Amino acid sequence: MKTIPHSIPIILLLVGGILMTAIYSRGVVSSYSSTTIPNNEVLKDTPFDKMMQVLTHERCINCHPNDNIPKQGKDSHPHYFGMKRGEDNLGFTATQCTTCHQPENNDYSGVPGAPHWSLAPKSMGWQGLDKYEIAKAMLDRAKNGNRSHDELVHHLTEDSLVLWAFDPGVDHEGIPRETPPISEAEYKAAVIAWFENGAIIPKE
Amino acid sequence: MKISFSVNEVPHSIEIKDENTPLLWVIRDMLHLKGTKYGCGKAACGACTLHVDGEAVRSCSYAVKFAEGKKIRTIEGLGTKENPHPVQQAWIEEIVPQCGYCQPGFMMATAALIDKIPEPTDDDIDRNIINVCRCATYYRMRKAIHRAAQIQRTTSKTME
Repeated sequence: MKTIPHSIPIILLLVGGILMTAIYSRGVVSSYSSTTIPNNEVLKDTPFDKMMQVLTHERCINCHPNDNIPKQGKDSHPHYFGMKRGEDNLGFTATQCTTCHQPENNDYSGVPGAPHWSLAPKSMGWQGLDKYEIAKAMLDRAKNGNRSHDELVHHLTEDSLVLWAFDPGVDHEGIPRETPPISEAEYKAAVIAWFENGAIIPKE
Repeated sequence: MKISFSVNEVPHSIEIKDENTPLLWVIRDMLHLKGTKYGCGKAACGACTLHVDGEAVRSCSYAVKFAEGKKIRTIEGLGTKENPHPVQQAWIEEIVPQCGYCQPGFMMATAALIDKIPEPTDDDIDRNIINVCRCATYYRMRKAIHRAAQIQRTTSKTME
């Protein structure tokens, strides 16, 4: 009977372990990925770029996941407690978003809130997309809830849940949540200007 | 500010300075119903769960102003010693509690669950009962939840 050198099983185990770790890590990383503006990108002052500084911010992206899991925080980690999209984007049958989230931020508990708190529908999953892809998805009536440009402007500049991004309250330690990098007024003006100019998506 | 609501079918009108006071403290400190517990204070553990218009709500994160005109049910209103709610009956049969602190919250969450899903699967339980028990009585609770649903279904059939 042939004998196998002791080192071979150990090497095989090591290689297998490295492969498994690589595969697992990729899965985990992809599920955490959020859209952010790369640090080396020169921020332009166009209405499109201003608008996208908001729409790519975690305050927006965390509730536009590309899976069924809401995200939380600056690092866009999966929502604690295993909460998922559930029925009608409102959580599960007996434990819904509104079990914890009310129509306003709660400064005592640090739980954020706004009217009709919910996840964006699955067709509006933006997590992992760049700003050009988000813009394309946003204008696509098959993905945007069949909204016209006027309806999109209304949604982006009037909807209380969208505008919550600029008044996100404090966390459970009483620390204010980060807001998008431009003001609400600048954002609204940018959205209106971009749509008034034909909602043209610039070339990448 | 005056806020009116019912708790366990008893109407209440309270005067309160801060309308954002968590409902939990109104229930415990103004109405002296101590069954609803304070756990984490950030809607994470579920010890403060009660029902508002039939929906499970974490009362530490629910401003009392939102309770205006609503029907609130706490653990004290779930059943009585003589006529326990199916959840209470099941909890007794399965001897669920250890320290017991978190149990009212779990029981209120379970009562809401079996009202909406009369025959919950393990997956339904995993998704909907996400409170925290530091004694880790989860295994016994799972058995009790299935048992409570069974008792409720049997009771409903008997009443038909």
